[in-house]
Amino acid sequence: MTNQIPFVDYLALGPPPHLVAHECDSCSARYFDHRNACAACGGVSFHDADVDTVGEVRAFTIVSLAAPGIPVPFVAAVVDCGGTSVRGNVTNVTPDPEHVSVGMKVRLTTSVVGVDAQGTEAVGFGFEPLEGVTNGG
Amino acid sequence: MAGEDIWILGIHMTKFGKHPDRDTVDLASEAVLGALADGGVTMKDVGVMAAGNLMGGAAATGQLIQKQVGQTGIPVYNVANACATGATALRTVIMSLKADESDVGLAVGVEKLAGAGLLVGGSRAADSDTWTRRGRFGQVAPVDGRIGTDTMPGVFAQVGMEYGHRYGGVDFELFARIAEKNHAHSTLNPLASYQKRFSLEEIMNDVMIAYPNTRPMCSANCDGAAAAVVVTDAKRKTLSLEQQRRCVKVSASVLTTDPWEEACQILPNVNTLTRNAAQQAYETAGVGPEDLDLVELHDCFATAELVHYDNLMLCEEGGAADFFRSGATWRDGKMPVNVSGGLESKGHPIAATGIANIWEVCHHLRGEAKDRQIEGAKVGLAHVIGLGSACGVHILEAAA
Ligand SMILES: [Zn+2]
Repeated sequence: MTNQIPFVDYLALGPPPHLVAHECDSCSARYFDHRNACAACGGVSFHDADVDTVGEVRAFTIVSLAAPGIPVPFVAAVVDCGGTSVRGNVTNVTPDPEHVSVGMKVRLTTSVVGVDAQGTEAVGFGFEPLEGVTNGG
Repeated sequence: MAGEDIWILGIHMTKFGKHPDRDTVDLASEAVLGALADGGVTMKDVGVMAAGNLMGGAAATGQLIQKQVGQTGIPVYNVANACATGATALRTVIMSLKADESDVGLAVGVEKLAGAGLLVGGSRAADSDTWTRRGRFGQVAPVDGRIGTDTMPGVFAQVGMEYGHRYGGVDFELFARIAEKNHAHSTLNPLASYQKRFSLEEIMNDVMIAYPNTRPMCSANCDGAAAAVVVTDAKRKTLSLEQQRRCVKVSASVLTTDPWEEACQILPNVNTLTRNAAQQAYETAGVGPEDLDLVELHDCFATAELVHYDNLMLCEEGGAADFFRSGATWRDGKMPVNVSGGLESKGHPIAATGIANIWEVCHHLRGEAKDRQIEGAKVGLAHVIGLGSACGVHILEAAA
């Protein structure tokens, strides 16, 4: 079986795949990066918290000009996953304003980003429309 | 502001655009010498200096400028604060004056950006042969483009779209019309990078950078510099009546950063720190948005201008789209915004921007803005924001 690793620390491959936030023990603020302390309250202890895998697009853009090696156009978005905001691409959708909208419902999805020289696959995440949304307009 | 009033005595900006034969020090020197001459003083009068040049990295920009215009041994603060760098340089010398360390200060911002391409950002390291985790997300390769976007047009596009999601009434055409206004305004500004009117159709059909921002809806990369000489009230009173008459009062000089809020580390929140800065500035100056005769705000993208109408409280909360559609922010409207052409059309040489916007306001308050003069202007506001984030707001008033 192919060896797989998550593209970022905060992606748990599961099953089922999901994101894991660092949640502040004192104030429940959530972060995805390596933490030194809590920017909201100054607390220094955190626990892992699973993030909802379904959410709603709160903001998006369709990027047509990007760094070399990134296929364009792609949809970059902020997704509200049950009160936790997550940054990610919206995938499995036609990247145009007719097929993406603020308020659309999406769910977490994963895909292989690349394979290294050892044959290890890096698995990334994105969000895809909940069924029916792409066709229903 | 507590304590003594601070005044802008002299101010200058270079032509914004392409200056292939002039380097950073040349442009900054022109701005500095221009500001000193405008104020009727020399480097010998200046007690403190601050300089900004983001592309220069760790270079001692201020000292390099001094070596051309005057090495008098005064302290120099080389500052960097993203797109708020110019405003930060100005505020740095104002703080020195208010601390009674000096009575004449000089601030300068300069940038060479022509041909740099759009503010895409996110330059990437190559993916590796063997996945290795690095960075604060433990990523095995750069996240830009794979997990959302780090590009400026994309970030600010989302800022505008989020506003639209929250309050409604916002579409691609509305954002394009904001760019149409600013490009129309710059036709009256001989120092602007563009001085070309674009039709709405031209703007909407131009190259898409990050929906809904097309190329003419993005700030124009260009070369340029701007400098200002500020004086204490005591110093001003020693100057000629003509110098005193042309002085512009700095009624508020405010700098803020982004306070923590849910999602602010996912998509930069450019709203709260701007609103906080505006609130502090209005309170300090003792004026309200209704007292403003013109505003120069940080339209790094058309999508950004819309949200700042709201953040600066030029309209009621949630009402930015209707406010713009009313025509209020055109130069003949009730609240002219970016009559210089703004960053989209005048241009955005990053570290110069936070002084150039004050130059624009000062010229109207002095009644020296010629073809684009806003008649009878007495009070103006200049706003910049740099991602990271830092927000500078200055309120300026004509001498009585
Ligand atoms: Zn906390």
